[in-house]
Amino acid sequence: MKTATADRPRRLLIEVVRGVLLALITVWTLFPIYYMLVLSFTPTAELFRPEYWVKNPTLESYRFIALQGSVFVKFFWRWMANSVLVAALTMLAVLVVASLGSFALGRIRFGGARFISGMTLFTYIIPASFLSIPFFKIMGDYDLLDTYWALILAMTTFASPYALWVLWDYAKTIPPEIDESAAIDGAGYFTIFWRIYLPLVLPTLIAIGTYAFFFAWNEYLYAVLFLQSEQMFTLPISMGTFLTGDEAPWNLLMAVSTIYAIPPVIFYYVFRRYLTHGLVSGAVQGT
Amino acid sequence: MANAVARGRGFNGRLLGRSLSTAAGALNPTARNLYGYLFSLPLIVLFLAFVVYPLYFEATQAFDRYTYEVLFSDPIYVQTVVNTIVYVGIAVNTKLFLALLLSGVLQADTRGVRFLSAIFLLPWAIPVLPGILSIRWMLSSQWGIMNLIMEDLGFGSVHWLASRWMAIGALIVFHIWKYLPFWTVIFLAGRRGIPRELYEATAIDGAGGLQNFRYVTFPMLKGLYLICTLLSMVFTLGDFTNVWLLTGGAPGDSTHVLATLAYRYTFLMGKIDWGVGVFATALPVTLLFIFILIKKIK
Repeated sequence: MKTATADRPRRLLIEVVRGVLLALITVWTLFPIYYMLVLSFTPTAELFRPEYWVKNPTLESYRFIALQGSVFVKFFWRWMANSVLVAALTMLAVLVVASLGSFALGRIRFGGARFISGMTLFTYIIPASFLSIPFFKIMGDYDLLDTYWALILAMTTFASPYALWVLWDYAKTIPPEIDESAAIDGAGYFTIFWRIYLPLVLPTLIAIGTYAFFFAWNEYLYAVLFLQSEQMFTLPISMGTFLTGDEAPWNLLMAVSTIYAIPPVIFYYVFRRYLTHGLVSGAVQGT
Repeated sequence: MANAVARGRGFNGRLLGRSLSTAAGALNPTARNLYGYLFSLPLIVLFLAFVVYPLYFEATQAFDRYTYEVLFSDPIYVQTVVNTIVYVGIAVNTKLFLALLLSGVLQADTRGVRFLSAIFLLPWAIPVLPGILSIRWMLSSQWGIMNLIMEDLGFGSVHWLASRWMAIGALIVFHIWKYLPFWTVIFLAGRRGIPRELYEATAIDGAGGLQNFRYVTFPMLKGLYLICTLLSMVFTLGDFTNVWLLTGGAPGDSTHVLATLAYRYTFLMGKIDWGVGVFATALPVTLLFIFILIKKIK
């Protein structure tokens, strides 16, 4: 081992390098977000004269949104309601599908368990866009285009696998003897599921429910494919339509972006432990 | 806390269970199978209807030779395949390598690092649209902040999204910005799982930082790194939103990737079999990757 005095300049150097690195990463991480906020407070008159900060910050864009005072945000509150509705129903559906499925996999040791777990893993990994065109065709055949159901079905299909893996992982830590003793008392699987399993996995249910909610909240491709009339748009679709015109009011768009981004950001920070937890034991969420 | 509760109940359960042996297991296998499938029924229905059937639909298209003749003779299709390989190859590998390095920096438990790890997650937490739209405006050649910076630094302004490779470069940079945090957190968790004794053992042999990485960290993380690479490649292979909203395929349909080209064929040109054909040609590689992954993860 070297002596402390010889070590000191080297350690100082490491500290400086690390400090510079951390500062660089901070700027790199925050700049696009900072700039989104800057634009959302920029008055239209200054939009086409770029600056590093806002000289005359204004709430003009947010007022437009709240009062639906521009064609680009004509149905803002309706779009917001659509987004919430689709996300909430997806959440419910995912909770039902994933809790039932994880119970089957984790608590009923049956012959098909291997097949089912492989199937969910497959669904989890395959890129959703690869299935989009036939999916669109099916929804057309069943007359479900331009309804919430189409989007909810798609989101439930793609969000359930990860939800199931997280739940299943947790369910494995519950000792099987609990079910066995309940079975001795004459409880069937449905009673065990309802009375014992669900209360035990409740904290995880809350986490994966919120995950499913924002999975649907964030979706763009399937939303654009399925919801076509303006009244049916979710927020991301409406944001995409800004790009069609030449004179897009980008400050307004960034204000919509800011409002739209706040709920999921809060969620990720509250639940980030759960969201990365499932990975090391098997499943990954992200791109 | 929930874990503690579960464990507590488990103890009681074990006491009860022991005297009466495995009564629940006494349910005969046929009945167990029946219940197992019953509880997984919603999952199976969704899988058959919305995963198996679409794949079957695409695979049957794969036998239509005419579609392929059209695709392979379309220069835009060929360009798109090249773009996709470049995008997936460079973006994913650069991102994961940086994530591996960065997870080492973030492993230190100083105040600065704790602050950074909190804000570092923001790009991942923010939905994809606000991020990509913000970058798109930043790169606007007339009104974007990037050109203001370029001019203030004494360089001329650049038409960021006006040429094929610049646009794809921007896409790669955005991809790294958006998804680096997530994978860094994954590798951080992986590093925390490495037993300390291994480092103590190499310290006795006088190993420094680099040797630690070479002889302990990397061998221990190799499996995870490989899985993450495959997984991220498959995910990115299907990317639609980022590309569609940053370049939309422009300039002149030169920056498409598989999913955006399929969208263009199907929904803008009304050629559904070409759109399906784009995915069908990518299926063999994708399925191969997926099966390797399933084998490795399970």
